[in-house]
Amino acid sequence: MLTRSEVLAVRQASVSLSGHPILKDIDFALNAGEFCGLIGANGSGKTTLLRTVLGFVMPTSGSVTMEAGGRASIGYVPQKFILDPYMPMRARDLVALGLDGNRLGVPLPSRGRRRKVDEMLEAVEATPFADQRIGSLSGGQQQRVLIAHALIRRPRLLLLDEPLANLDIRSVAGIVALLRRVSRELQTTVLLSAHDMNPLLSVMDRIVYLAHGRAATGAIDAVVRTEVLSRLYGYHIDVVRVHGRVLVVAAEGEGDAQTAIQRDPVHVAQVP
Amino acid sequence: MFDDFMVNTWIAATLVAGVAGVVGFFVVIRGASFAAHALPLSAFPGAAAANLVGVDQLIGVLAFSGFGVAGISQLGRRGRRDVATALSLVMLLGLGALFLSRTTEYFQAIYALLFGEVLGVGAQDLAPLAALSAVSIALTLALFRPLLLSSVSPELAETISVSPRVMEVLFLVVVALATAVALPVVGALLVFSLMVGPASAARTLTSRPLAGLFISAAISIVTVWASIALSFASDWPIGFFVGALSALGYLAGRTWAWVEIQGLSQFRRSR
Amino acid sequence: MTTLLSLVVAPGFFASEPVRTAAVIGGAAAIVSGVVGVFTVIRGQSFAGHALADVSSAGGAGAFLLGINPLSGFLLMGVLAATSMELVRVDRPSERDLVTGIVTGAGLGVAALLLYLNVTTSSTTGAAVTIMFGSMFTISASIVPLAIAVGLAALSAMGVLYRPLLLSSLDPNLAAVQGVPVRLIGLLHLIVVALAVALSAITVGAILSTALLIGPAAIALNLAKRPSVAIFLAAVIGVAATWGGILLAYDSYEWTGGHGWPVSFCIVALIFAAYVVVAEIRLGSRRQPEPGLKPRPREGRATTAG
Repeated sequence: MLTRSEVLAVRQASVSLSGHPILKDIDFALNAGEFCGLIGANGSGKTTLLRTVLGFVMPTSGSVTMEAGGRASIGYVPQKFILDPYMPMRARDLVALGLDGNRLGVPLPSRGRRRKVDEMLEAVEATPFADQRIGSLSGGQQQRVLIAHALIRRPRLLLLDEPLANLDIRSVAGIVALLRRVSRELQTTVLLSAHDMNPLLSVMDRIVYLAHGRAATGAIDAVVRTEVLSRLYGYHIDVVRVHGRVLVVAAEGEGDAQTAIQRDPVHVAQVP
Repeated sequence: MFDDFMVNTWIAATLVAGVAGVVGFFVVIRGASFAAHALPLSAFPGAAAANLVGVDQLIGVLAFSGFGVAGISQLGRRGRRDVATALSLVMLLGLGALFLSRTTEYFQAIYALLFGEVLGVGAQDLAPLAALSAVSIALTLALFRPLLLSSVSPELAETISVSPRVMEVLFLVVVALATAVALPVVGALLVFSLMVGPASAARTLTSRPLAGLFISAAISIVTVWASIALSFASDWPIGFFVGALSALGYLAGRTWAWVEIQGLSQFRRSR
Repeated sequence: MTTLLSLVVAPGFFASEPVRTAAVIGGAAAIVSGVVGVFTVIRGQSFAGHALADVSSAGGAGAFLLGINPLSGFLLMGVLAATSMELVRVDRPSERDLVTGIVTGAGLGVAALLLYLNVTTSSTTGAAVTIMFGSMFTISASIVPLAIAVGLAALSAMGVLYRPLLLSSLDPNLAAVQGVPVRLIGLLHLIVVALAVALSAITVGAILSTALLIGPAAIALNLAKRPSVAIFLAAVIGVAATWGGILLAYDSYEWTGGHGWPVSFCIVALIFAAYVVVAEIRLGSRRQPEPGLKPRPREGRATTAG
């Protein structure tokens, strides 16, 4: 199923949840070290697709194939991370749990373990707040710790669900640069979901654009085009490039355009 | 208060407090107060049942906490957790009412089971108590890492093949064991005070998980010692002191956290 | 027909005075609990609902021994506990449960003290049993007028609070935007719960109080799609379970040769069985969309954030 360089292949996968079709005929494959953006508005099925790759959800038809190792070689950063501010846990404790959170017994002090954790914290530039309580960290700092937690097992594939949501612009740039570096240095394939593609334009090798449960996939220039997205949405869409940013706009007067804009607030938000 | 017959009391109370503190750490960080309240309360009719059938009280308590665990986890999969907990609890208490209607000479024992009877610990009770305590603490420590991760985030746990559902059931089993240890000594209504009060103070005093667990046990032990001493001196029931000191522990924890946050933001401003 | 009826209903059932009182009081408690319980279940506050029963009845029993009017003692203790639970500012459900637990522990501690201090005036141990298993067939007629007044007050309070409470239970943020004082509404709701629970705890006992508050409401919410229908259903289910339980308990004297099953056991068993059956059926028909009582999934929200 997988060619030699492929880490993940999703073939004609459809997913239904409680009888409702969520995803239809999704088809793409990712190579080692690739950086792929999973772009779509809220409710377009991004989280479901990520959970399907993780094996939490089974496709109703089609297949999802991982390189040997299955879930053990996937790192995951979930979207909802609501942490009790009183939780007695430092950043380094959470990173260490990524390494051996499934082992029995209390963690005994070990030099090897400590070194691995320190290296990982250093790699995500989290050393300055490694000993702070997680609940007291900012959103961007928590995101770095979660990435370290996911990466410490050196997964082949790193999945991130909306890691840029609710971050300020500087943190967004920092996290994107960090992920790009990680995917190059560790040869980790990154699949990242986002509702806004703009912060990722310079780093994505590949894009999976989701709308109404269907996907257009390929290189950015092949996917983010007026005719491709119009076909995907089922009505006329204009792709406009201004100041190095991409705006996806439903043309005025189009039958369903008003709905499209309401459903995809991302796209209107680009307009000043 | 350190007479010979009191030695058993001190030993038993220390064991109970240690277990409640260790298990309570996870009760608090998982936000499972209701389960921790419901399991001891629903286990207490087990003592009545055991009395009726003529087996050891501990067996009845263990059996009924087992029913409680099964009810909460099974019903919880079909609907809201808190509803499942409440209904399992009232069903088991209803059974308790049924058993109690079959016996008439049980009122003193009921009072003791609800509010505790620390002075009633005999030397023959200590061995099973110590054994059960050891099992409870060993199990909690064995499950430490997976329990901790699934408490922080069920999704993160699932990613590294720790099933949040299995952890939930195992956690309830640990609470049930702690219940069986503590119920005859501190009473059904107060086991759970001892689980939540000290642990909620401990979690704010340290940012290290394992340290939090041990501090929780230490605070719990001090709470029980103080309660026994105060109870001995004032002749008031121990339950009053356990409840009051636990509430004080919680408030102290919240205050400490508040002071820390204030201090931190002041530090940030001054930079 | 008469023979069929006498098979179901043991002789003398309708003529028995205690049965009539129990049916009226129990039915009234079931209606009030059912109506209030729907909101308690929607808000995920079963623990608070149960804890208030424990605290108010334990404290009430203490007050009873002090010589205060028992129902006033129940109400006072319940309202005090409800207020302290809501006054500690918390943001997350888990922390809210923790506060509920702490308040409950402290309240029960005080109750233990009250019971102890009055050990000379009455039977402490008897009081402890009444706390947990208060019996419906021994309701004193003297509290009936006050009980009815409190029940009516609780129902009218629910009527007044209905819309803001529903809104703030479904989506606190939306409610706050619309100018609903969410915290105040939460406090008022819990005080009404305390009233309802104290009322049912003194009349039918603490176990039944929780069972009638949570059980019928949870069953109704599994069956109904609209809150108003759920409230009506909860009251009907509560009354049906109460009367069915009384009948079962009465009949059981015949079957068991004079031993009988306690009423509380019979009612709880009926409610529990009904919940399991309904939840099971609903699990089987999960393919249906969720009822509209839960917050809608994401696509329904019109956000403008980028």
